[in-house]
This record gives sequence, structure tokens and C-alpha cells, in this order.
Amino acid sequence: MDKEYVGFAALPNQLHRKSVKKGFDFTLMVAGESGLGKSTLINSLFLTNLYEDRQVPEARARLTQTLTIERRGVEIEEGGIKVKLTLVDTPGFGDSVDCSDCWLPVVRFIEEQFEQYLRDESGLNRKNIQDSRVHCCLYFISPFGRGLRPLDVAFLRAVHEKANIIPVIGKADALMPKETQALKQKIREQLQEEDINIYQFPDCDSDEDEDFKRQDAEMKESIPFAVVGSCEVVRDGGTRPVRGRRYSWGTVEVENPHHCDFLNLRRMLVQTHLQDLKEVTHDLLYEGYRARCLQSLARPGARDRASRSKLSRQSATDIPLPMLPLADAEKLIREKDEELRRMQEMLEKMQAQMQQSQAQGEQSDAL
Amino acid sequence: MSKGLPETRTDAAMSELVPEPRPKPAVPMKPVSINPNLLGYIGIDTIIEQMRKKTMKTGFDFNIMVVGQSGLGKSTLVNTLFKSQVSRKASSWNREEKIPKTVEIKAIGHVIEEGGVKMKLTVIDTPGFGDQINNENCWEPIEKYINEQYEKFLKEEVNIARKKRIPDTRVHCCLYFISPTGHSLRPLDLEFMKHLSKVVNIIPVIAKADTMTLEEKSEFKQRVRKELEVNGIEFYPQKEFDEDLEDKTENDKIRQESMPFAVVGSDKEYQVNGKRVLGRKTPWGIIEVENLNHCEFALLRDFVIRTHLQDLKEVTHNIHYETYRAKRLNDNGGLPPGEGLLGTVLPPGPATPCPTAE
Repeated sequence: MDKEYVGFAALPNQLHRKSVKKGFDFTLMVAGESGLGKSTLINSLFLTNLYEDRQVPEARARLTQTLTIERRGVEIEEGGIKVKLTLVDTPGFGDSVDCSDCWLPVVRFIEEQFEQYLRDESGLNRKNIQDSRVHCCLYFISPFGRGLRPLDVAFLRAVHEKANIIPVIGKADALMPKETQALKQKIREQLQEEDINIYQFPDCDSDEDEDFKRQDAEMKESIPFAVVGSCEVVRDGGTRPVRGRRYSWGTVEVENPHHCDFLNLRRMLVQTHLQDLKEVTHDLLYEGYRARCLQSLARPGARDRASRSKLSRQSATDIPLPMLPLADAEKLIREKDEELRRMQEMLEKMQAQMQQSQAQGEQSDAL
Repeated sequence: MSKGLPETRTDAAMSELVPEPRPKPAVPMKPVSINPNLLGYIGIDTIIEQMRKKTMKTGFDFNIMVVGQSGLGKSTLVNTLFKSQVSRKASSWNREEKIPKTVEIKAIGHVIEEGGVKMKLTVIDTPGFGDQINNENCWEPIEKYINEQYEKFLKEEVNIARKKRIPDTRVHCCLYFISPTGHSLRPLDLEFMKHLSKVVNIIPVIAKADTMTLEEKSEFKQRVRKELEVNGIEFYPQKEFDEDLEDKTENDKIRQESMPFAVVGSDKEYQVNGKRVLGRKTPWGIIEVENLNHCEFALLRDFVIRTHLQDLKEVTHNIHYETYRAKRLNDNGGLPPGEGLLGTVLPPGPATPCPTAE
């Protein structure tokens, strides 16, 4: 038997098999004013008909409508992998004459999901925690404006530290190629000016081949993605059928990279970064929320925002024990939390010891 | 409601022959028999030619206002309509361009000439409309501007020594740009048109219509028409001002089928089938602005400029302006303005010599 082969290289396969069995949860939020093609795009992305029974209210009804948050779920299966996709919609956003604070319900919703998760995580029965946190927010920007509108900026600033934002230009077939480029440039500049942190697609590993790196760079350059959605198949004069929109002057092909960035969006969102989005939500955004929450309980009024660079949890010793107004259940939760921390510390100590002994072992080997 | 009112002097200078009001005669007229000995041609019909010559010499004014969110192609459309750079596009990407915090009114005048006829065209732009987070009452500066022009005209009219031709700055036509969402009107659209359709001729236009397929366009237009009707919004041409059956049938067709016009504007030319056409070039095809299969720009242009230009001015003068005037006189106790100004509508205009009661 090969003494150098331990066998944990098979770990990824095991994880894979486990996650395939477990299935995969993903919550995607879609936001932006009405009429930008959001629903069509979602249907195109996931090849579903999630919005079949939707009723778009007429203008008079929308005069006094407040923003509602709607959730739709769909199970998609592909190649043996099951994805439980939850779509969060924000009908009414940006519709009213006075849209002041219309983003607050959205922010509250996102934080409620964090809060729910925090409770679940600190709870007694943690076997079946439902992760309803918003993993990604696709924000739709109008192609008819000249960049981000004041409402866009307000929404993005309220949400950018709480959810992964991927900005998208909807109905991009309204624009000629030069206009698209100019609009993208303007939006990127504005995002920078306003200090808005959109989701950063991670750099690809240095050991990837040049082609892949180039493709990756191209994709990053095309943010915000200028998309066109369609669920209709068009047969364009005898050529192969494509999904697209047929106009009198030609047909826009949704999956043609020269026509729009739909493929890029689908690739980056669904095919390569689904997992990363979840991880960033958990490791960064949720942790940030958790730290803020616990600290504000400990020291009311004092807020310490976790910066982007700090990926790790603040160590247990830094946070003084939070004092809560107590029901017994809460007390129990706190105790369990403490236990957790103690166990974590022990784990870390053990790891440190292991590393030490390994190092010593290597030294002695070398000697 | 009869549209014809006694002609004012300004009308005579600028309009074609306006039919005199046809009041019911108190006594039935006896048929006048033409003396069969008077053969030949009198020449009354040359009056048309005489008026035409006068118009050409004096030229005429036309004031068009454009309203809509920024980026809907308002300036481009006006430039395309009048085939010249009459509206300065604020869309240069390189310049630092801030959305104004309140709605501004910018009026720019140009003189255009065609076929010997001079038109003094004024384009009134309204940057900032609908662009803020809170757009409540953002139509108020616009309503104020329109009423101010009526007030100006009224003051001139009421003067003892009147100018031969009162400069007409009244807004003859307001193009309202609807965003092509494909769903329905937005609450702001409704609010604007509700308030302003009573003081100015509003022509709703669906902007950037190259984002809608034929079916989407027709569905959207139907929905918009229905919404306007349900909300009691009368856009131009208003039903109540149709003069006769001919007008009514023609306007009915426009109201119920063509409007709101779904337009595309462009100031760039491309080569299509050997011709240079105004259009937009995309990777999937070239949208020709003046091709009726592509968009309804040509319909809008013909409607506003080639067939209803004069009517727009007349309705503005005979209806909207008169409504304003009546209200002002009533508010002022039947006295002309300038004496004990009580006008609730506007701030007082520049001080004019106080005319005594006429």
C-alpha cells in the first residue's frame, strides 16, 4: 500500500455527493423600477415561467401603492443537481410620484432574513436551518436614463453593505453599441463616486490558462451587464431558431454575445459564482450584520462596521458578553452561544497544537 | 362649443382664413340669385393666395414644449422633427451633467425657413421633470410658466396702444414623453396630464419606441389610451373641439388608432438600400426613423407640422387662452388685470400702465 497516499483528495467528491443529495438553496432578489424587463429576464435566466399569473396594476392603482415584497419559489433540476431557487421581487419600487424612503422595506426585509438566521444559528435545534438570506440582488438600471438616477443611488447605498449587488442594464436593446459603452462607463464612474460596493467577482486563480483569464477579464469589463430577456423562440427566416425579440428591422438574439450580455450574466451568476455569492453573503455580509447586532446590544449606540478586509470573525474575547433583556429561552440561547465560543476556542487551540507538532515533526525529519 | 370668435388683429396677420362663426340667422336668408348676365370670374378665391403671401412675409410663431424624464430622447426628437439642431442635447456623456434639483424651464428660439416661409420656433425644455426621488408637484413650475405666457399676452392685449403684432410666447403644443415600460402609464404621467391637459394642448408620445415589438406596441398603446380615458384626460385633438363631421372623423381615427405616437428619434444618417436615412444602427438591424413600418415618427411629424400646426395655435388661442382670460377677468371683478390684482393663479407680471375699464 502506498504510504504517501492518504486519500483525502477524494474529499471534494464526497462534498459534491453530499451537496447533490442535500440540494442547493439560493435566494435571488430582483429590484428596480417597473417596466425594465426584470420578470422576463428571470424567466429567461432560469427557463421558467415564474410570472405567469402576474397582474400589473394600472397607474391609478399605483398612485397610492406602497412597496411590497413578494417571494416566489421554484425548484430547478439540472444534471442531477436540485436547486431550490427563491426569487424576491419588489413590485412598486420607484413607481410612485414620491418615492422617498421606498427602499426601506427592502432593507428591512434583508435584515429580517439575517436576524432570522442569527436566531436559528444561536438556537437549540440547528439541524435544519433554512437559509432565507438574500444571496444576491440584481439591480436593474434603466437604459433610458443617463446613468444612475437619484433613486438608484439611494437604493444602492442603502443595500450595498447588506446584499451582493449585481447591477444590470435592462432592456438593453434600446441602445446602440456606442451608447451601451458610454452608459456602462458612466454608471461605473457614478458607482465609484458614490462609494457603492457592488459584488466583486473574485479574481481567477493564477494557474488558469490565458484564455480563461482573458474571458474572465472581458466579463468583468462588461459590468454592468446590458441584458435583453425573452422567452419566445424566433425562427428568423429559415435559420436556426433562437430565443429573441423580433422587430421589423431585425431580431435581437438573447444568447448572442454581440447583441447583449445575457450569456455573461448567466455564466457569472449561475454557472460560476453561485457558490461564491452564498459564501460572501455568509462570511462577509451576514457576519457584518451579526457583529453590528451583537455589539449594539453590548454597547448600545456604539457601532463598529466590519470592514471588507476583515473576513474572519472577531475573536470571542473582543466582544463583551451581550446583555439582553431576558426571557428564559433567550437566556438559554446565550448560554449555548457561549458554549459554542468556548468550543471554538478549544478547536483553535487544538489546531495550533497540531500545527506545532507537525512543524516539530518535520524539523526532526529534516534533521 | 363654437370655436370661432371674433377675429383679433393678431389672428389676421398670421392665420389662414378663419371661417367666421356661423350663428343661426335670425331671419332665414333669401337665396340670392346670381345675375346670369355677369359671366366670368370674380377672383375672390385669390384671397387664399393673398393670405399666403402675407404669411410668408410676416412669418409665424410656434412654441413647442417637451416634457418627460431625462434620457427619453426629447431633444433628439425635436431636432428630428424640425430637421435642425434647435434643441441642445444634454446627452453628451463626457460633460459633467447634474440633474437639476427642481424643474427648470428653458426656452430657446430659432428661426427656420422653408419654401419662403419663415417660422420662429421656440422649444421649451423642462429639465429635471420626474428625475428626483420625490416628484410631488413637479408639474407646478410648468403650469406656472404656461400661465405666465397667457398673462403676458393678456397684458399686451389689454393695452390701449397695442402692438400691431403681439409677440406670442404662449405654449401651443406640449409633447409629453411616456416611458416605454410596456405595462401602463406611471402615476406621474397621470398626475401631469390631469393637471395640464386643461391649460395646454398635450400630445402624448411614446418615447424610444424601438424597445417594443409590434404586438407590445399595440397592446401598450391600447392600455395607455384606455387609462387616459378612464382618468378623464383629454389630449389634443380634444373631442369637444372638433368643428365639423369631417374634422371629427379624421380626428377620431387619430385619437383611437394612432395616438399616442410611438416614436424614435435620431440625428445620425445611415446608408440603407442606397439611400441616406435617419436612423439608429444596431447589430441586429437599422431602425429607420421615417419608415412607417419601424416607428410612427412620420405620423407625428405630419400631424404636428403638416396638418395640425395651425389648429394647435387656434385651439391655444381660442380655447385655452380664452379660458385663462375669462378666469382672470372674473377674478378681477370683470376688470382687466392691473387694477386690484386678485389673480389667484399667478404672480403679478411686470407693471403695465393701468388701463381704465374698456
